[in-house]
Amino acid sequence: MIFRHRILATLGTLSALLAIVTPEVVLADGAAAPAGRLLLLPIIGLVLAGGIGLLTRWTLWQPLVSLVLLFGSALMLPGAVAGFAGAIGGPAYWQSLIAFWLLTWNFAERLSAAIRDGRLPETGTGVIIPITFGLTLLILWEAITRGANVPPVLLPAPSAIGTQLANSAPILWADFVQTFIKSVIPGYVIGCLAGLVVAIAVDRSPFLKAGLLPIGNFMSALPIIGIAPIMVMWFGFDWQSKAAVVVAMTFFPMLVNTVAGLNAASSIERDLMRTYAASYWQTLLKLRLPAAGPFIFNALKINSTLALIGAIVAEFFGTPVVGMGFRISTGVGRLAIDLVWAEIAVAAVAGSAFYGVLALIERGVTFWHPSVRGGRA
Amino acid sequence: MNRILPILTILLAILAFWYAAAIWMNAPWQNTLNGRADLTDVPFLTFAQQTWGQDKPVLPAPHQVFAEIWNATMGLEFTSRRSLALHAWITLSATLLGFVFGTALGVGLAVAIIHNDASDRSLMPWIIASQTIPILAVAPMVVVGLGAVGVTGLVPKALISMYLSFFPVVVGMVKGLRSPERIQLDLMRTYDANPWQVFWKLRWPSALPFLFASMKVGIAISLIGAVVAELSNAAGGGLGVRLLTGSYNGQTVQIWAALFIAAGLAAVLVAIVGMAERAVNAPNGVRA
Repeated sequence: MIFRHRILATLGTLSALLAIVTPEVVLADGAAAPAGRLLLLPIIGLVLAGGIGLLTRWTLWQPLVSLVLLFGSALMLPGAVAGFAGAIGGPAYWQSLIAFWLLTWNFAERLSAAIRDGRLPETGTGVIIPITFGLTLLILWEAITRGANVPPVLLPAPSAIGTQLANSAPILWADFVQTFIKSVIPGYVIGCLAGLVVAIAVDRSPFLKAGLLPIGNFMSALPIIGIAPIMVMWFGFDWQSKAAVVVAMTFFPMLVNTVAGLNAASSIERDLMRTYAASYWQTLLKLRLPAAGPFIFNALKINSTLALIGAIVAEFFGTPVVGMGFRISTGVGRLAIDLVWAEIAVAAVAGSAFYGVLALIERGVTFWHPSVRGGRA
Repeated sequence: MNRILPILTILLAILAFWYAAAIWMNAPWQNTLNGRADLTDVPFLTFAQQTWGQDKPVLPAPHQVFAEIWNATMGLEFTSRRSLALHAWITLSATLLGFVFGTALGVGLAVAIIHNDASDRSLMPWIIASQTIPILAVAPMVVVGLGAVGVTGLVPKALISMYLSFFPVVVGMVKGLRSPERIQLDLMRTYDANPWQVFWKLRWPSALPFLFASMKVGIAISLIGAVVAELSNAAGGGLGVRLLTGSYNGQTVQIWAALFIAAGLAAVLVAIVGMAERAVNAPNGVRA
């Protein structure tokens, strides 16, 4: 493990040192002069962070200082593009970016190793790593789109998307209410509940189970999203047709998973319930439904992403002039790509929050499952 | 026989329900038609047959859909632009390419996640977040963007399929590779097994049932990705394009025919994965 840290830290420091000896920084003359001045501070920060990365022992101050140094330097990088001729980053710029990437990677490795060895507490520090990863991606995205001068129509910079997000907040909120609150939530609840109830009902009759299960399997594999144009014809343009698509999409995964989960309790456990003279309902509530928990939550999680996709794609086939799918399809047509990305960001946050809540509930409910007991779910 | 009978019963019930629903849903329009033609007192049986034979019905009867499927696959040359067989082939090739990429990526990520704390902590939350990005909405941008750098045809669609299908594989495989109980891992330790042996002799076999369950979801979702990606590139052909043109022209029979072909494709693909699952799982003693 220590070996990999060494390689990453050494490569990162070398990359930062190489950035110093590029003409833009060393000569600092003529057109390249402002670039050299702007880059000097971030490069020094990166070299210092690299030095800390090479230290053998990591306790509390090393990660804190390298975090400040890394992101302090990286936040100055995109601004330095202005100093280059033609506002396109030169070798020093890209060298610094590579150094930043390698050193942040090293940072994540060191920090997780420290948490694993118990040198740093899990709570609190555990959250830092994914946040660092996300911020790194954002900074690299910003730095690359600016440094390579990517046309905004192809891929806008995160800062442009952020500005758009703030400016069109009322529009985005109205779209969110229309798509998420009105279409996704009712459709998801109805579809999942219906799947669960039908699965439990079917489970009592071997005949129905033998007949419905292959058909349910078949249906959950179908591109059900294709019924969107039909649902729009039947239920009209408003949220009802989208909720209907979501119901159809979420029903079958829930049905199939629950039926499979109800079979998860082994016969020895069922025999035990029998020796207790437990009734059908007691066995169901105390043994088989809890044993089906991981399967049911699997379906709930799969459905949470399916539901959002279903509602958005259904809006492509016809919608009132509000809604996330509507905004995305018209945004692509008008080349308002930053608005489209802002809408996608809203969808991503809503969907992640949805999934996160489900995962938290799952950890509480299926606490006995090895995948939860052994660590993270 | 006792496996076929229940399925047939349910299918017959669905079929009967469908014909009844077709009468009910197509009746208003048929009444208008009959009113215009000054037909009154149509006997119920004749009326039912009328509702099952409309040109652009609200709900086409099953035999209309199957007639359309037959005409559009067997009745036409394979190279014809209206041949459903050709469009199905276009969709199938994108689906398979995306599925293979997606499964490989998913297994690779899952292995990295369970063996490296740093990648687990930094990747897993973002893999989950990545799925909440409605990539299907980004499909037009992906197709246009890749087209600008000269990548067209199969690859953009396969990329979207890959993006959708890697997710169930990662989630399932991480769960599966972590499913060995602590006591089993301890046993491997008493055998002085190295990480490589623990992986191939314990983790991988116990993850296989999860892998196949995920692959069944993955191949189905990969077909969805291919179909929806086609919505944004009408010139490329495929089942998605048939859905779209059918919806623009009100050709409900064409929509249902394309849907059924897609359904058939999905069924065959999932059945193939299921056969592979049985072949692989049986020697490992997995309870069916």
